[in-house]
Amino acid sequence: MVEFAMHNAWLVPLLPALSFVIIVFLTKPWKRLSALVCVAGMVLSCVIATLAAYGVFTNHEFTEKPLVYAVRWFSMAGLNIDVGVQLDPVSAMMMFMVTLVGSLIFIYATGYMEGDPGYSVFFSYLSLFAASMLLLVISSNLLQMFVAWELVGLCSYLLIGFYSHKISAREAAKKAFITCRVADFGLLLGLLSLQIVFGTLNLTELAEKISNFGQYTSMGILTLITVLVFLGPIGKSGQFPLHVWLPDAMEGPTPVSALIHAATMVVAGVYLVGRTMFLFTEVPSAMELVAVTGGFTALFAASIAITQREIKRILAYSTVSQIGYMMLALGLGSLTASMFHLWTHAFFKALMFLCAGSVLHALHHKADVWEMGGLIKKMPITGWTFVVGGLAIAGIPPFAGFWSKDEILLAAFDTGHYVLFTMAALTAFMTAFYMWRMIFLALFGDEKPENHPHESPWNMTLPLIGLAVLSAVGGLVGTPWAPFWQEWIFFGHPHHAEPNYLIMIGSVVLAAAGIYLAYTLYCADKTKARAHALKERYKFFWTLSYNKYYIDEIYLWFNHTFIDGAARLFYLFDIYVVDGIIVNGIAAITRLSGEGLRVTQTGRLQNYALVFFLGVLAVAVVLAFTGPSVAAGLTGGVK
Amino acid sequence: MLTLSVSLHHYLILAAVLFGIGLFGVLTKRNAVAVLICVELMLNAININLLAFNKYITPGDFIGQIFAIFVITVAAAEVGVGLAIIIAIYRNKLSVNLDEFDWLKW
Repeated sequence: MVEFAMHNAWLVPLLPALSFVIIVFLTKPWKRLSALVCVAGMVLSCVIATLAAYGVFTNHEFTEKPLVYAVRWFSMAGLNIDVGVQLDPVSAMMMFMVTLVGSLIFIYATGYMEGDPGYSVFFSYLSLFAASMLLLVISSNLLQMFVAWELVGLCSYLLIGFYSHKISAREAAKKAFITCRVADFGLLLGLLSLQIVFGTLNLTELAEKISNFGQYTSMGILTLITVLVFLGPIGKSGQFPLHVWLPDAMEGPTPVSALIHAATMVVAGVYLVGRTMFLFTEVPSAMELVAVTGGFTALFAASIAITQREIKRILAYSTVSQIGYMMLALGLGSLTASMFHLWTHAFFKALMFLCAGSVLHALHHKADVWEMGGLIKKMPITGWTFVVGGLAIAGIPPFAGFWSKDEILLAAFDTGHYVLFTMAALTAFMTAFYMWRMIFLALFGDEKPENHPHESPWNMTLPLIGLAVLSAVGGLVGTPWAPFWQEWIFFGHPHHAEPNYLIMIGSVVLAAAGIYLAYTLYCADKTKARAHALKERYKFFWTLSYNKYYIDEIYLWFNHTFIDGAARLFYLFDIYVVDGIIVNGIAAITRLSGEGLRVTQTGRLQNYALVFFLGVLAVAVVLAFTGPSVAAGLTGGVK
Repeated sequence: MLTLSVSLHHYLILAAVLFGIGLFGVLTKRNAVAVLICVELMLNAININLLAFNKYITPGDFIGQIFAIFVITVAAAEVGVGLAIIIAIYRNKLSVNLDEFDWLKW
């Protein structure tokens, strides 16, 4: 079984893809059946992924040499592109995580989407989304990955804009798609350059060739390529300055938000950088760029999340922030820490989004946390699993987030990046604060009489419990005392960091301080007077943060001023030069010469005969004066 | 003593004069029937040329004569068609004045 699963891992993306086809063409009229097909495809692929992952994680040779099998997709002179599977601990872990979290989210969606007119369509999109992501995960070459990457982008567009009757949803879908396309342009250029310079996009071959890139290209070119490749992840993983689409992506149904923010889509960027780590490690400046981008995004997004009011918006900025953490770890060269955080984050972020969805479901889509309160009494399962998620993301041991965040802080500290370390630590404190601000406001405190919450049905709470368990214990695979994770998932050589108790205790203290601050401001203080007083005192910073540093407005202004200005300029050029001078000019010349020649067309037979006669006369005169040689030439030598 | 000998030049001059008269008529006459007659004149000028060349240049051959017969035949057909058209136009316009026939333009 394990052997079969490992050598047929292509089934993992194929099964959800098959569900998509079946739902679209066959079972669309029957809602329950469509949902069943979707969930069954995902669970089955989860089984295969689990078996394959088991096979990979019991045989140490795969850490050295990945299992690769491929078929030729197309070939031209000098260009051979395969489509295949590359199984190593990283991809096996991703495959397992995506299918597991995906299955739980799909089950949840069967309850959440109840009564929606687009029920079947929604599940077909979900299947396609999962299939695209899994195809990306198992890719053995970068072109295949790019195709899957774009498919993921397409699915995100379809799903974010799923409530297409809402203008905001349509706008958000377009924003996501366009923002990602801007970034993908860079990625595509980077991939093409790789193909041109190294003649292959195959991951294993590329890794070998890049390790002695001096034969192929210079450092400058390689740096350019690396930065271009990194543009893709900046867009897809919502890093500053292209993070703007991610918070708006919550316009989609909540299971989609969970899927985008946790298991698929945004982590694709982190995964891509992780996959092309051999490229990034050769270029120290690019690594610095990745680390700084990640660290800055983490802090930046956290500072926005502090003041947001909508529950899903808070979670969305926390995703941006946490992905920043992962990028930071990648930039520090620690694939281990990055993937570890990706793994734990997938659990607790999916959990928190699904909890938020459950809350929204109960409150009929009232999203403002200030209008919630005391929900934990009416919705105990949602409430307590939410608390577990909050503890996990804040980094309270032994919950999952603690171990992975600790790993990242440790990586920053050990590599001597003290500024980035401080930023990460500050982010950890802010994360704990804003997450618990949300939890205290929404779940604890006084109940609001106008709300009539009720616990969600079993198919929504069951995934919550499953994810809560995973969020609680998911980090135990990589504790400093039992470094199972660190032995399997690494780049280069496994790195055994000594447990640094100072950092460990420090991060717990920071998290606890954040939670305590949130408690005093938003829970213990019934009137929230101190919170409001703080807001008034730091009005400038509050406004800046609440309006997301006006990034959207800046983009809009830039767009209106420069892009639209250029467009107007080109419009005028088009109207007056292209249309005016060239197109209409030629037409006018033709028409005028026609008008002129029209006069000669008298319709009188004798005029024509006269012209004809004069023509013959002219030829005769010419022949008479130039002699027989020209005459022979004119008549073509006829004697 | 005036010796009367007819050479090729005389025929060619006669044909050229006839052709010129015919051409003048074609270009200046207003009456469509007169134009047709003038066309006939031109054709017959050509016929004279053909026969003269046949007699003086290639006396053994009949090519010129055969051509002349063809021209006569075609001219007869052409006159038939031409007259038919003129009659048709006359029935519509009650006129054979070529100056009025300018509706074939544009």
